[in-house]
Amino acid sequence: MKNPVAQNVADFLKHYPPFSSLTPAELLDIALQCKVVYLEKNQVLFKGGDTTHSDFYIVKDGALGLSLTSDAEETLIDKCDEGDILGLRPFFAKNDYLMTARAREEAIIYGIPIKVFQPYVTQNPKVLEFLLESFASQTRNPYDKERSGRLLSENTIFNEQDADIQYFQPIKYTRNPITANPDDVLMFIAKTMANSAIGSVIIQQNQLPVGIITDRDLRSKIATGLFPITAEAQEVMTSPVITVPENISVAEAQMIMLKHDVGHLCVTRDGSDKSAVSGIISEHDVVAAQANTPGVLLKQTRRATNNKELKYVREKLTDLIQSSIDKNIPISHMSNIVAEINIALTRRAIELAVLKMGTHPPVRFTWINIGSQGRKEQLLLTDQDNALVFEDVQPEQYESVKRYFLELAELVTESLSKVGYEFSPHNIMARNPQWCKSLTDWIKQYNTWINTPAEKGVEISTLFFDFDFIYGFPAIEDTLTELIKERILRNKKFFAFLANDTLKNPPPLGFFRQFLVEGDGEHKDYFDIKARALEPLIDAARLLALSQGQTEITNTYHRFKKLADIEPQHADLYEECAEAFNVLQRFRTEEGLVNSSNGRYLNLSELSKNDKVKLKNCFQPISDIHDLIKNRFSLTYIN
Amino acid sequence: MAFEWLTGSTPQFWKNYINLFDTDDNSAQKRFVVFDMETTGVDAKEDVILSIGAIAVVGNGIEVGDFLEVAILQDKFSPKSIAFNNGIVDLSSEKVVEAEGMIQFLNFVKDSILVGHNVNLDIEMVNQALKRLDLGRLKNPLMDTNALYQRWKGLPDDTRTSLDDVCDALKIDKSDRLTAWGNAYTTALVFLKLKRKIGI
Repeated sequence: MKNPVAQNVADFLKHYPPFSSLTPAELLDIALQCKVVYLEKNQVLFKGGDTTHSDFYIVKDGALGLSLTSDAEETLIDKCDEGDILGLRPFFAKNDYLMTARAREEAIIYGIPIKVFQPYVTQNPKVLEFLLESFASQTRNPYDKERSGRLLSENTIFNEQDADIQYFQPIKYTRNPITANPDDVLMFIAKTMANSAIGSVIIQQNQLPVGIITDRDLRSKIATGLFPITAEAQEVMTSPVITVPENISVAEAQMIMLKHDVGHLCVTRDGSDKSAVSGIISEHDVVAAQANTPGVLLKQTRRATNNKELKYVREKLTDLIQSSIDKNIPISHMSNIVAEINIALTRRAIELAVLKMGTHPPVRFTWINIGSQGRKEQLLLTDQDNALVFEDVQPEQYESVKRYFLELAELVTESLSKVGYEFSPHNIMARNPQWCKSLTDWIKQYNTWINTPAEKGVEISTLFFDFDFIYGFPAIEDTLTELIKERILRNKKFFAFLANDTLKNPPPLGFFRQFLVEGDGEHKDYFDIKARALEPLIDAARLLALSQGQTEITNTYHRFKKLADIEPQHADLYEECAEAFNVLQRFRTEEGLVNSSNGRYLNLSELSKNDKVKLKNCFQPISDIHDLIKNRFSLTYIN
Repeated sequence: MAFEWLTGSTPQFWKNYINLFDTDDNSAQKRFVVFDMETTGVDAKEDVILSIGAIAVVGNGIEVGDFLEVAILQDKFSPKSIAFNNGIVDLSSEKVVEAEGMIQFLNFVKDSILVGHNVNLDIEMVNQALKRLDLGRLKNPLMDTNALYQRWKGLPDDTRTSLDDVCDALKIDKSDRLTAWGNAYTTALVFLKLKRKIGI
């Protein structure tokens, strides 16, 4: 007998993977055994913790949301609509559903029995591949949220931004930990721990874990005089040691630690203390795995031992930025946090480079970030701009010292570029001999910029007036700052030059209040938010702050805030500028996250009417501040 | 075997059907059979069944494989039956005589709860067909999606709303509604929604 209902189901299935790789007869066979289920809006199909159903599901009409519940709070992980598959967990795991599937609107779904589909999974390589691929797609791609997955088993698509989900991922731990024998003398064990900077040593006998010695044991048993420092490990060790199997989740590891009140877990092959040791999990691993909290990222940065680990931190940082944007956290808070982590990353890169050099720096130096990094405004990955100042040395040493620092800078900039900060397009980096020199040379450089800014051959880069001390000897930076402050004081020529430079930026709006977009090139018809909106504000803030003698503050937002304090008569305008700057930064960051670019060019056709109005509102302060600058620095006369 | 009751004895399929209602087995999950028919008209005495489409609902789902479609060969001639027999309505399906159609139908529905939209007319058509075979009336419990709809809406039970209008109100796709099976399937979706909304 023909079954037109089944035929209809089969016709639907054939459009979606993995069904699209099956034959019509196979599809009909599957269709004949499936059922049609209706879900009311908000009806729950399955809940996290429910035993798994005998069916998995494909959405015919409507949409379902997949969410995780933790601490009574439901977090939406993903949305499934027409053709999306869910409830695949029983294929891969015997335990209960992890997530909750709930209809976001009225939905009709087809339930396909797992045991009917199982043979196709094993027989058809394409189907298997598809399922495995989706199951393995725990990518570290921070833009996962933007990607629309076609197939969702509840634990396939981990949204990396979500701390709650990371909680259920397998924990990362130290494999092949350092171990000792029961009759080893404690002093040597303590030395090993100190040398390797570890907090615990597993004591093993015949390859089996019999105990553990941790910092806590040394503190409470040795330091208190309970045991002599010459005692053997077996007298002091905590025994038995708590063992866990491999591939334990973060949540489980933490539960076990809390349950036994220990800070370290020993990982063994089968999870019992009757099998070989394969790793150790410390409390730090649990903390580190939990979230992209700024504190954890900072800690991870400081512990990083290579570029790869630094890069990982930077990727997590992008997640953090994305989730902060989603949660509408004020952009100035974000900038502060991101800047701190950027600084920590650079600092760590320098430390690692010094280690790689093998010798200590011949003299004291400081590493400064300039430009957007110097202003602590870098949210997305943009260029690195930096410079290096070293102490004055004897002329005969100069060349060799400079060579050392150039080599060091080469390593640092190289590793920063591996982390994701592109090289400065104008080569404004410490590895450029022009920007890696002694304090005296830098003083000369600034003198030239400040005293003869407009002269031919003097390439002034305003970037150099936004600098931030990163690493090294702070007194060097203080000297420079003081010098600049002194030299620019009431230096009309210098400020006139800066003011002129500030007004060079192209205006954001045309005569008819229309957006002025790029006329040609790669970004034709896009709005250059950096050159037309952000830079005018940045330049204005720099000019006005420097003219008030404010050399310490470099952040644009804070410069405007400070200006509002100093000049109450213009406080309103400065406040508006500070706000406008934050709004524009948010636009740029969102754009950058969506397109994984530096966010410089906005596609106006993709902006909502509301956003366009918001954007335009930021332009009034720009034109007002330009008027103020024109008046204050009497620019009309210069031109 | 199928026609031995003509000689006086009760046919086996009818005995089987009746026996199903004797047991008090409530353990099994209730099976609903949602069905629809095409007929030559609305007069149960004069008109006859042209085709039956039926599909089972168990729990919260339509069982796609648990499905019946029968087309019945006609000896009565009305404009509609002529068109039907000439294959304009459904050329491809094999047709059976009315008695065979009833056997297939009863074997399919068993003791399930019968569900249809304005189900009474359809039930009466079946009862008339059974009467022509000298058999009793259908014993299945009945549910009418029209009545369920009125109950959900809070309207009196005897209000009549067409299946089309119910579909519109429940936002159900009507594109399958060209045949008996399509109507049965659409009615099954209506039934699922109402079942959920009223909480049966």
